[in-house]
Amino acid sequence: MEFFLQLLVNGISLGFLYSLSALGFVMIFKSSSVLNLAHGELLAIGAFLFLAISTWAQLPIWLSFALTLVGTFLLGFIVERFFLRPLIGEDLIQVIMLTLGLGIMFKGLLLFVFGGDIHEYRTFLPEGLSLDLGIVRIPSVNVATFIIGILFLILFGFFFKYSSQGIYMRSVADNQSAALSLGVHVRRVFALSWAIAFIVAAMSGIVLGIINGINVHELSAIGLKVFPVVILGGLDSIGGAILGGIIIGLLETFTGGYISTSLREIIPYIVLIIILMVKPYGLFGLVEIERV
Amino acid sequence: MLNFLQSAGQGGGGKKKVQFMENDTRLQINNISVVYSDVIQVLKGVSLTIKKGQVVSLLGSNGAGKTTTLKAISGLLKPENGKVTEGYIEYDGESIQNSSPEDITRKGIIQVLEGRQEFKYLTVEENLRVGTATRWGKPYQKDLGLVYNYFPALLARKKALAGYCSGGELQMLVIGRALMAHPQLLLLDEPSLGLAPLLVKEIFQIIKRINQEQEATLMVVEQNANMALQIAHYGYVMENGKIVLESEAAELRENPDVKEFYLGTAASGALKSYKDVKAYKRRKRWL
Ligand SMILES: Nc1ncnc2c1ncn2[C@@H]1O[C@H](COP(=O)(O)OP(=O)(O)O)[C@@H](O)[C@H]1O
Ligand SMILES: [Mg+2]
Repeated sequence: MEFFLQLLVNGISLGFLYSLSALGFVMIFKSSSVLNLAHGELLAIGAFLFLAISTWAQLPIWLSFALTLVGTFLLGFIVERFFLRPLIGEDLIQVIMLTLGLGIMFKGLLLFVFGGDIHEYRTFLPEGLSLDLGIVRIPSVNVATFIIGILFLILFGFFFKYSSQGIYMRSVADNQSAALSLGVHVRRVFALSWAIAFIVAAMSGIVLGIINGINVHELSAIGLKVFPVVILGGLDSIGGAILGGIIIGLLETFTGGYISTSLREIIPYIVLIIILMVKPYGLFGLVEIERV
Repeated sequence: MLNFLQSAGQGGGGKKKVQFMENDTRLQINNISVVYSDVIQVLKGVSLTIKKGQVVSLLGSNGAGKTTTLKAISGLLKPENGKVTEGYIEYDGESIQNSSPEDITRKGIIQVLEGRQEFKYLTVEENLRVGTATRWGKPYQKDLGLVYNYFPALLARKKALAGYCSGGELQMLVIGRALMAHPQLLLLDEPSLGLAPLLVKEIFQIIKRINQEQEATLMVVEQNANMALQIAHYGYVMENGKIVLESEAAELRENPDVKEFYLGTAASGALKSYKDVKAYKRRKRWL
């Protein structure tokens, strides 16, 4: 029972990380139909930026965190502006290939600057953050994950439901020509979706870095798990991305705990294949509203 | 009166008259040609003028080029790989051909697209809020009130997903949504399409009220010439990418050709083409 609960806690918190990172991926896909193959590298960029600011420049943690948020947000804008925007109007496949190239370029840059070793953040999470629930103890990193995960999910929930920019973003995903006809700045929406994708990917990259250490190859590989997550949840569903993330997180930890650790790494991709065969739009993909 | 103006023209009053004429014009389209995908020429030298405060209707059968004309004005040709290759379009004396939709909408030109293009997965009220995009950050509560005043049916449905609204509700929604943008020039593409006659009448009455109460200039594209000419001041008839007829709306209603082809009052009464509406799904994806 104790073991089960421990796995449950670990699974959900890992799942939150996947959800958060998938949120960024889905956002880009929803607004511009682009599959971002550089997604894994976005995690790594966030994690390394935080490393540089917090551990090397030794700035206070809260400030490093804030600077990483701002920094990745701006990076998202810059990347969209310089690389994606010139391809607006071109075939989708060209844009997707571009993201593949971007990913390789980012990875190369990170390797060049930080090398291929495993880095570590200085310890900063207070021990007091951990929770002792009697039967299970939730380590502080998991508590931090829950807090960050829930905070961001609520934040984006509110952003999309109530803010004007959030509603404009959804309108572009829904009917692009209608959005254009009303003067929605569609290119700005694309840029914003990249900026948000950079931020949420950075968040999950940082927390994964706290758990596993920071390594370019590992982080970009974990980033690839966004594919099983979004295929499971439905490429165009934000709610699906969140649930998909949690399901994959749980599956991984339970497979690792009860079956075998080597199976753990491949279980998400087994799920991916099964889902593609039985339910290609994912569990929560948008069902077209039919006119009656 | 005319005499007086002419004689005053010798002084400096003539200049005043010219200026008055210019200020009177909201939109001037001069001899434009529009080409899609660099090869398909659809408009072949179209000219038309829209005066401030007027309702102008553009009539013509399916495929004549009416929608293309509207899109040339609103800048929405670009995402479809269309281009104004010749001629010019001036709005309040400023050239706007081939400007981006973002810029054109911010000048106050809003097009209501053909076929009720709602945002399916947004609620009715969220749909209306998208209409504020050109005025982002400004208060919009009053405008919501205004739209609900014109279309009380929308108020009752404000929390419903637009995808579940009826055709009539949607037509109200897309017009209301455009009103949220405070349009100076509102371009309506076939607002009566596929609606029951009673509903069509209601919608046209509201369009007329919008023209009068909101001081918006309107251009209404229609195949339903009967309705359109009842509320219009001036009308154009288009065929095969050319304007073939234009005059005061009242006069147009009496024109025998219009009667025969568009009002369906002649013996042949060929009003069949109403229903075969084509939707252009093959527009180029604009990322
Ligand atoms: N995106 C497009 N690409 C190529 N041809 C088009 C496109 N849109 C419209 N056309 C062509 O232009 C002509 C006029 O279309 P349109 O302006 O939609 O007419 P209307 O609105 O009067 O029915 C049609 O023959 C149609 O085939
Ligand atoms: Mg048309």
